[in-house]
Amino acid sequence: MAKELWKGNEAVAEAAIRAGCRYFFGYPITPQNEIPEYLSRHLPEHGGCFVQAESEIAAINMVYGAAGSGARVMTSSSSPGISLKQEGVTYIACAELPAVIVNMMRGGPGLGNIAPSQADYYQATRGGGNGDYRTVVLAPATIQEAADFTQEAFDIADYYRTPVVVLADGMIGQMMEAIEWRKPKERALPPKDWATDGTRGKRPHNIINSLYIDAKDCAVQNRKLQEKYDRITETEVRYEEFMAQDAEILFVAYGTTARIARAAVLKLRKDGVKAGLFRPVTLWPFPEKALRECAAHENVAAVIDVELSMGQMIDDVKIALAGAKPVRFVGMGGGAIPAPQELVDEAYKALGRCGK
Amino acid sequence: MTHEIVISGFGGQGVMAMGKTLAEAGMKEGLCVSWLPSYGPEMRGGTANCSVVLSGEEIISPMVQSPTELIAMNKPSLVKFEPQMVPGGKLFVNSSIIELKASRADISAYYIPCLSIAEELGNIKVANMVMLGAYIGATGLLQTETIRGMLAHMFTGPKAALVELNIEALRRGAACVREA
Amino acid sequence: MSIVYRKSKGLTDAEMHYCPGCTHGVAHKLVAEALEELGLVGSAVGVAPVGCSVFAYNYFACDMHEAAHGRAPAVATGIKRVHPDLAVFTYQGDGDLAAIGTAEIVHAAMRGEKITTVFINNAIYGMTGGQMAPTTLVGQKATTAPFGRQKDHYGSPIRMAELLSTIDGCVYAERVTVVDVPNILKAKKAIKKAFQLQMAGAGFTFVEVLSTCPTNWGLTPLEAIGWLKANMIPYFPLGVYADRSEAK
Repeated sequence: MAKELWKGNEAVAEAAIRAGCRYFFGYPITPQNEIPEYLSRHLPEHGGCFVQAESEIAAINMVYGAAGSGARVMTSSSSPGISLKQEGVTYIACAELPAVIVNMMRGGPGLGNIAPSQADYYQATRGGGNGDYRTVVLAPATIQEAADFTQEAFDIADYYRTPVVVLADGMIGQMMEAIEWRKPKERALPPKDWATDGTRGKRPHNIINSLYIDAKDCAVQNRKLQEKYDRITETEVRYEEFMAQDAEILFVAYGTTARIARAAVLKLRKDGVKAGLFRPVTLWPFPEKALRECAAHENVAAVIDVELSMGQMIDDVKIALAGAKPVRFVGMGGGAIPAPQELVDEAYKALGRCGK
Repeated sequence: MTHEIVISGFGGQGVMAMGKTLAEAGMKEGLCVSWLPSYGPEMRGGTANCSVVLSGEEIISPMVQSPTELIAMNKPSLVKFEPQMVPGGKLFVNSSIIELKASRADISAYYIPCLSIAEELGNIKVANMVMLGAYIGATGLLQTETIRGMLAHMFTGPKAALVELNIEALRRGAACVREA
Repeated sequence: MSIVYRKSKGLTDAEMHYCPGCTHGVAHKLVAEALEELGLVGSAVGVAPVGCSVFAYNYFACDMHEAAHGRAPAVATGIKRVHPDLAVFTYQGDGDLAAIGTAEIVHAAMRGEKITTVFINNAIYGMTGGQMAPTTLVGQKATTAPFGRQKDHYGSPIRMAELLSTIDGCVYAERVTVVDVPNILKAKKAIKKAFQLQMAGAGFTFVEVLSTCPTNWGLTPLEAIGWLKANMIPYFPLGVYADRSEAK
């Protein structure tokens, strides 16, 4: 198939349509506006419906309604808007509904700025709203992956009846790259016999709910969710290793920073330093075991965590390594981006050598 | 060889389109490409710029911090981005509206009166294509035929005449570089 | 043997949890009867609020959603946009609709969402234990207004039927009460009309129901009815505030 040039945000929107998403509820915020703009134009062509809501809170609650009544539905926003959506996300998680939420992260905290950032890692991987829940988090590093992961996110959401987050940043949202359209691997998806699409007098009423007023019942629901999260952790972990097998310096980075880390790896290799990259593709479930094993090689002298934040994923890296290897950090918050050279310098520091 | 290009100017000068044309042509010629617009509040204030990377290798960051080539369509763009260019870089100046000359000696500067040429061609909207022609002429990077194919796809029916106009604009731009 | 009266098929057999003298039960019954009489029980989806009627999803026999506080109109929007053929309604209290969910109700009305909202206004937060509502009357005591609602501190209560009636997308807004038989009959008619207009695709329909809360008002059920008539109706006059349906 021929390559096509796509802007990240538009690729995400088109991918949603290709995945059968027919409903989108959102609210404008930079740098993700091309997603609602694209869908407002193209969803009606596919018999779908786009609604610009009065707020992110309303938008995610429209998603809750649409998901509960059986639709493939998506919303998208950027960091401050995603904070507002957390109310709906926790309801969707507890009520066990499928939905896709795209976060094109920007600098924070507060209003921050609109530059690329990865500072919503905690929010995305720890649930984000109240209560004990998780969302599957897919972190694309290219426009190709943004298109692929968005399509697959709908299948994962339907398969497990759980909200799935596509977590990227303003750079991935705004940039154009060449991609090929391809379909995700097929999954046998369960029927949505729980949906509120009218009893038609043929079945007892379906109830979409997250209220378990009896503590015993709520404990049962929490256990049920946890068992689901355990299943997801067993089967959905994804990561990529790049020149990691013989590495003495192992970078850990995802999304945009993984691109920068790749450049640093190549630069170091050129200089004769065996550098490698471990890239988590699912941020939750975090590839804990794979990272531990990757870093366990005796040649690995140090691990360098790279993020566009003041250090959030580094907690998961440290949990995975359990003190087995020193963990260093390169990163910056507020929308600034480190250059590959900064990673190279840190690698030399970690190795106690002088760079070329 | 990796080309890291910044294209900058006023909104309405076709800056974004120029970048997309470069990226798409690069893609069609088998290069790795990326295009990244400035998307901040500044885009509401009338100035616009985009970064394009064309490379034989996988592209690390689409964000260009040290351009190998700069296309400055207005004076603020020249003032802002010229200092960031790599030594030996190529600078393309829209000399129809920019009186300033390059302030650095370690870069090659091309002064292209793209607006005047577009006026001669009867359509000021093709000023950006004149500039693109100059870029292609000076770098030898892309084939005019690739762009012709893209234009033929874009302009069909009653708009088909625009294909030759745009190609002519490219040629005129390239000719400026040869003269220089 | 002939059946003189039976419970509506729009209701389940679940035992309601409402306090003695509370008028939620009457309002539920009217909604259920309206759905049944219009043949909509099998093609209706209701959205329950947060507040005293949070368990409404157990009481209505149609498909139900439980929404976050104030968001029922947004949830209903999502359902209705996916299933335009279904009868979609929200059932909300005054804290839910007129405080935390003000944006959602106003914008559902603005979009002319083809849903029906039944708004229970009892001038108090019931479930949380008697706190001040946006519809609490000036001078009325609440646990968070121990000296009575003070106008210079909280302003005057908000009149939602009037407010929503100013919005073009709201094709029908009426305020009713359920404290005596004639008014119950009028309320039933209003709710039924709202559903009929929704199914005709007219737009957003709204029925505000003045209700009693004997428990949190600190009155007997009978006293509560008297208090509602003496205090609430003068400030929240009954009647039709908007009727933009073609068949007036």
